[in-house]
This record gives sequence, structure tokens and C-alpha cells, in this order.
Amino acid sequence: MAQHNGYYSTSPQDAYERRRLENVHPAGWQNPEPADQYSLVVVGAGTAGLVAAHAAAALGAKVALIERDMLGGDCLNEGCVPSKAIIRSARLYAEMRNAEHYGAQVPSDIRVDFPAVMQRMRGIRARISSTDSVSRLAAVGVDVFFGKAVFTGANALSVNGTTLRFKKALIATGARPDTPTIPGLAESGYLTNESVFDLTELPRRLLVIGGGPLGCELAQAFCRFGSQTVIAQDLALFLPKEERDAAQILSDAFARDGIEVRLNSKAVNVRMEDGQKLVDLVSDDNKTTVAVDAILTGTGRLPNVDGLNLEAAGVGYDAKTGIKVNDFLQTSNPLIYAAGDVCLEHKFTHTADASARIVVQNALFLGRQRMSALTIPWCTYTDPEIAHVGLYVRQARERNIPVKTFTIPMHEIDRAITDGEDVGFVKIHVRERTDQILGATIVARHAGEMINEITLAIVAGIGLRTLARVIHAYPTQGEAIKKAADAYNRTRLTPTIQSLLRHWLRW
Amino acid sequence: MTQISNLTDEALLDQLQRAAFGYFLEAVNPLNGLVSDTSRDNSPVSIAVVGFALSSYPVAVERGWMNRADAVQLSLAALRFFCSSDQSGSPEATGYKGFYYHFLDRDSGARVWRSELSMIDTALLIAGMLVASSYFMADSVDEIELRERVETLYLRVDWRWSQGKAATIRMGWKPECGFLHYGWDGYNEAIILYVLAMGSPNHLLTDDCYEAWTATYQWENLYGYDFLYAGPLSIHQFSHAWIDFRGIQDRFMREKRCDYFENSQRATEVQREYARRNPGRFSGYDLNCWGLTACDGPSQQLPGLSNERRQLFGYAARGVPYGPDDGTLSGSAVLASLPFAPKIVLGAVRNMLGRYPEILPAQQYASSFNPTLASGRSAWVSEGHFGLDQGIVVMMIENYRTQLIWRLMRDCAYIGHGLRRAGFRGGWL
Repeated sequence: MAQHNGYYSTSPQDAYERRRLENVHPAGWQNPEPADQYSLVVVGAGTAGLVAAHAAAALGAKVALIERDMLGGDCLNEGCVPSKAIIRSARLYAEMRNAEHYGAQVPSDIRVDFPAVMQRMRGIRARISSTDSVSRLAAVGVDVFFGKAVFTGANALSVNGTTLRFKKALIATGARPDTPTIPGLAESGYLTNESVFDLTELPRRLLVIGGGPLGCELAQAFCRFGSQTVIAQDLALFLPKEERDAAQILSDAFARDGIEVRLNSKAVNVRMEDGQKLVDLVSDDNKTTVAVDAILTGTGRLPNVDGLNLEAAGVGYDAKTGIKVNDFLQTSNPLIYAAGDVCLEHKFTHTADASARIVVQNALFLGRQRMSALTIPWCTYTDPEIAHVGLYVRQARERNIPVKTFTIPMHEIDRAITDGEDVGFVKIHVRERTDQILGATIVARHAGEMINEITLAIVAGIGLRTLARVIHAYPTQGEAIKKAADAYNRTRLTPTIQSLLRHWLRW
Repeated sequence: MTQISNLTDEALLDQLQRAAFGYFLEAVNPLNGLVSDTSRDNSPVSIAVVGFALSSYPVAVERGWMNRADAVQLSLAALRFFCSSDQSGSPEATGYKGFYYHFLDRDSGARVWRSELSMIDTALLIAGMLVASSYFMADSVDEIELRERVETLYLRVDWRWSQGKAATIRMGWKPECGFLHYGWDGYNEAIILYVLAMGSPNHLLTDDCYEAWTATYQWENLYGYDFLYAGPLSIHQFSHAWIDFRGIQDRFMREKRCDYFENSQRATEVQREYARRNPGRFSGYDLNCWGLTACDGPSQQLPGLSNERRQLFGYAARGVPYGPDDGTLSGSAVLASLPFAPKIVLGAVRNMLGRYPEILPAQQYASSFNPTLASGRSAWVSEGHFGLDQGIVVMMIENYRTQLIWRLMRDCAYIGHGLRRAGFRGGWL
């Protein structure tokens, strides 16, 4: 049984799990003798901590990495990796049921082998865990300490009673699920993103509380495995940060999949009765009760700031928003930095990665790299996927930036049609009367892959005029971006220019 | 009905408009002026439909379909009812703070269906009242009373309260739970609501309320057209039934070098382009057969459709290009775009009526039809008639023919003041 974030995993201890644990927290590990002083001490070995440790060590710094549980953090163990593994299986089941749509026969007996799905997930997790294994870290010269880090002063901390002194430190302790305070929920039992991947049996009926990315992804996956799934969201739409059309398309997709969608619904009470969980949902003046076998909460995350004795180090923090940092990711103690979920609003693996790289530059090489200068895309891996980068229209308008959106529905794209994946759109927002890309939202089966082109364009300062000159392989779904750029080019053909062109061609 | 192919455009429109107006005479309770939401059995009253009725009576008087005295009496009956209605906000009342519950009992006028106190439907009702007071300007006792009652009813609406603690007007309120927390962002049919609210000298909205609402707009280039995006056609039509948006612009439209009227023209083109592409491969859709809007539609519960594999949405705000779309179209929604794009709309109206004559039972448009769910040679057709559809047809045909409603509202000081406070300039303003 492995412990993580105070949570005890009940995942089956098969060969995959043993291999993963050997990589991320080997049994009998002996912490090394500490150096007199480290260039960088990293607290927390999730994505941010691992990236920083590898990068700093590669640049020649003497680095210590401290982890209380398992290397890899949420992403590997309870986040992106396991969820994407089961989402892939869920998509396959959905496609099998939808085989007729592709001119194929629906298999006569589609039985979901949930234990096999989870075993595959564990296998993938074990395979990927080798990337950031203890042995790889040790090989590049990082001193890995397992244990609880407690700051003892402005430039020192202790791990299991051993003192580590540092020139600079990075706090990258991540975040944990924020469980809603619903009367009866704790007594009745519930799943979080941590425990849900330990399941060995598919819940017959599942209630997902919370319509953020995690709740949406897992609600759809479990529905496709065959759980009767209800998703309750205390807002008018799912994914409240995303634009209305994206969230609406997702709601429609959920309904099509057979998920019972309860928007504007708040879970107010949970009780056990006859072995089932009864959950009261309130929507304005309407109260209903749903009976389920499992409840999954996906209502946000809280930063891990407890128990670090941050006061001793002079590091300011807030229990909800995490460690307070400036744009250079420096805390109120100039020797100590923070990165990743413990201090950032956008709690994504790639944001943790990018912030860690900034810290290595700023902490060790007098860098002045700013977090606000980053262009950060994100994606929710539902079907269709919903990806975004840059500004939303409402943000642009709040800043008095005139904004225009070039919209290409996916039903305009040949490859989306041939693949039966024509739900969704590409929306590229530009500064009005220019081709400068402010942001984009993509809703498509492979939106996560497609958004990278827009991110590249924004970072490189490439506008729609240039994108229109980029030849896109045909047929690909990414061609939607080219079509948006072409639409921009057509708007340059003002009546005056059209008249001149006609005149020229007649001449 | 005369074969439509034999009718001139003017005769066709006259026939359709008069038939649509007939709904109000059939559905009104003459004792209190309230009008049923639909022609279906036991339909309650919709306050918005009363607003459409009040707007349509002057049209009928002008066209000689009704005498002035009868129109005044029906209007007065409604105004007297609302003036004396229970405004306590209790679950069985008629209204609260000058607003009214969406659905009322046809006889008692009390709230039914636990419906919400509806801000937009109240606005459509009040707009209808203002049409009546702008038209019935005689010095007769009845018409003076009519104008005074409209003044009272308009001025007592507590628009400021309807914001709650938010920057924009809330969509609804219920005595059981307070303001509803449905999202109501993006361009929608609420311009008329904001204009009425900003035109009132009482209970002022916060100064930035309209700007806060328009901040949620999205200006999009779709199918080659630049326009202020909203999916359902009704959004591009409802406020236009009362307000002549030709040539007047708020800050947003000035920035975009467009106006709301032209925007609705473009929205019409976008609908056609969507229908031409027909991504859902539904029957009937083409450049001359479109009309996705908020309307009734088939649902899975319909007898005979239990094995239907396609997802059906019942009553829904259908829109382009993201749906929901289950193959259901509205003929009246097409006709209601007449002032924006007369040639296109008349072509589509003739085509749709020629191909699907069943969409016009008793000469009035059904709420919707669905050719994909055909039974024999006939499309699925929504049962009965909806008052909103008949009202918008009467008003938009009239605005196309004589601009009567637009002219009346241009002369309404409250509308002008509201538009100016919302930042509209230019044109007839």
C-alpha cells in the first residue's frame, strides 16, 4: 500500500505497481549524506520539482530533491497519465458502439472489461514512471531524499532530522483535491482523482460532483464504460472558464453519450441507505435525490502548504491560493522560489514544467524571466476535446482591445468529415483590423494537438497572414487553422481593392 | 387558402399576417385581456404573448381587421388586470416589483407552473403596452385611461432590483429561491429589455449595466460573414419587432461599422449557408429552406419515435452553426426575418410553403416542422399554434409593409431616452 498526500492507495500490487514503486519510491531507500550546501534544494518531486532538478543538475548545480511520497507527482500517479490511459479505452468502447457510423458492424457482445482497462492504465503508468526514476536522478547527480521537509530558517530545512543548507530553494509541493463540504459526504465515502484510479470494479451508478476538466473527463469515460453517470455542476455550464459555445457543445456531447447532465445543481446532502448513496441535489427551487454506488468529486484543488513551516523561512502563503510569488516566481524570501500547482492559478503539468524552467534561470543565473510572459495553452480531454490558448474574447474586451473572431466549424473540414469527427470549431481571435493573434479556442476530437500550432504562432509573433501561407497537409483536421487564416485574408479584400483588382484583370 | 404560387407577394403577406393575427382573437380572454401561450388544451397565459397581442391590435385597426373601440377595450382589459394584479411576489401572485411571472392562469391571472418572474418576458409585455399607448392617442376617456395605465405600469417596474447584486440584469426570480443563476451571457434578445430599463426615470440601472452586458458579445467571421454572433434566429428578431435599428449604433456597433439591423441581415445569410452545408444531413435543408430558432420540436417521448436513434430536443433554442439541430425548422422564424432580407425571405417562404403546406395548419404557422421525421409525404409538424410565432409574424410583416410599430416606438420618449442612455447615436435618433 503506497501513501501519497496522506492518501493510502489501494491499487492492486501487481507487477506494474511494483515496477512503478521501484521507480518512484523504492523500498528500503537510504537517503544520501547531505552536502555542506546545495546550490538548489527542491521540495517536491512532481513535474515542477523533477524538471527543475534535472535542469539545474544538467547545468552543473549541486541539487537536492526532497519528496515525501512518490516521484512524479499528480501528473504521473493520479492525473494526466492514468486519466488519459483510461480515456483512450473509453473512446474505443464508444467507437465500438458507434461502429455503424463508420460502415462497420457493431460487435455483437460489447462487454467492458474494467479490470483490464485499469491494468492497462497501471502498465502505462509504470512504463512512463521510468522517465523520472530515482535511478535516473541519481545518475545525473541529484541527491534524492525521501521524507518530510520542514524549513528551519531562511536558508535551511530538515528532512527526517537531517539538515540541508541551500543557496536557493524551490518549493514545488503541488496541490491536492479540494473536497466539497457536503453533509454526509465523508461518512458515505467518495472518490477523488487520487483514489479513482485504484478502482478495480466499475461502479454501476456514479455521481460526479463538479464540472471542471477532471470531472468532465472522468464522467464521460465512466459513462462510456457503462456506469450510469450523473454529473452535477453548480453553474450554468461546464468548464466555466471556457467560452459558452465550447461548454455548450460539451453539454450536448454528454447528453448524446447518455450522461445525465444536472447544471445549476448543487449537492447539499449525502446519506447511506440500503447500501447505496443518496445525494440530494438542489437546482434553484427544485430538489431531487439521486441514488448512486459511488461519488467522484472534482471540485478543484488546494495547494500543499501545510507542514512545511513556511513561517520559519519567511515565505508568505495563503491556504487557498498557495505560496505568494512575484512575476519572477520569487517568494517573500528572496532565496526561495515556488513553481507549479503550489503557487499557480493554472494547475497544469506543462505550466509546472515551464515555471520550473523559469525558476532555474532566475534562481541560479540571475535571470529575470517573467511568468506573465508565457503563452500557456490548455486542453480538457473530453470527446470532443476543448483547448484554449491566449486571451478569451471577454478578456480582450475587458482590456478594451477590439477583437474579431475567425470561426471555422469542423464540419467545413474534409478530414473531420471523413473521420466522422465534424463536431466542434476552431475560433481564432485577432486584434481587429490586424492579423495579430490574441488567442484561440478549439473544440475538436484532437483539439489538444491542434492548439499547439496556434501557440507556436503566438510565441513566434506569427499572424494570420503568414499562417495563410503555410501549406497544411491535406487532408488533416489542422487544416481548419489554415481555413481561418484564409478567411482573414478574404476580409482584406475590401470593395476598393476588389474594384482595383477587377480593373487590373480587365486591362 | 389560395394557392400561394398564384398570389402576389403583397397578397401572400396579407393573407399570412391576417391569419396570424387571428390567433389573438381566438386566444384572448376578453374579461382580462390575457392571451394563451399556445392553442393547446389548458395552455396558460404567457405574458410575452400578451405583449405581442397589445402590439398587434393597432396593426389590426389600421388594416381594418378590428375596430378601434374593440382594440381599446381588449387593451384596457389587460392593462386594468395588470394594474390591479397581486404584486406581493407570493408564490400565487401575478408579479413582484413591477415584473410578472412568465405563465399565468388564464382566468385568475395567478402564477402557474411555478414559473419564474421573467425579466425578458416582462419587457416584451411592457413594450406591447408602450405600442398601445403610442397608438391610442385620442382624447377619449378610454384612450386617456389606457395611456395613464401604461405610464403607471411602466414606471413601477423596479429595473434596478432586477440586477440583484450583479453588473447585468438577471434572467429571472422565484419566490422559492430568489434570483435564478442561469447564465445569460452573449448577444441575445435582451436589447429591448435594456432599452426599456434605461429609458425609465425610475429605479435606474447602474450606469455600466449595458456596457457590462455588451462586453460579453462575440464578433465573428463565419461562412464569410462578419456578424455579432448568436445561434437562434429569434435572437436576431425579437427586439427588432419594436425598435427600428436601421442606422443607429451603440458603441459596439460603431466599432464594428455595422448596426443591429444589418447584423440581422447577415445572420439570415449565415442561416442559409448553414442550411446549404447541412452538416447533420437532415431532409429539406437548403438555401431556400432554413429557420433554426427557439421553437417546439419532436421529443423522444413522441409515440412512434421511441426507437428513433437520432437525438431529439423537444422545445429548444436551436441555432447555427453549433445546434442543437435535430432537423427541426420554423417557418415563422423565416418570415420574421422579412424586413432584413425581403427577397431571400419571400423566396424561402414560398419554397417552404410549397414543399410543406402542412406547416400552415388553419393558415397559421405551426411552431415548427421536421421533414426528416416524415410520416408518409408529410413532415412532422408541431401541434397547434404558439402565440409568440403569430405575434412576431404580424409585427415583422407590418414593419416591412408600413413600419408602423417602428414609427410608433420611434415616437415613444422612453424608447429614445433608453437608446441614448445605452449609447445609441445616429440615424433617426
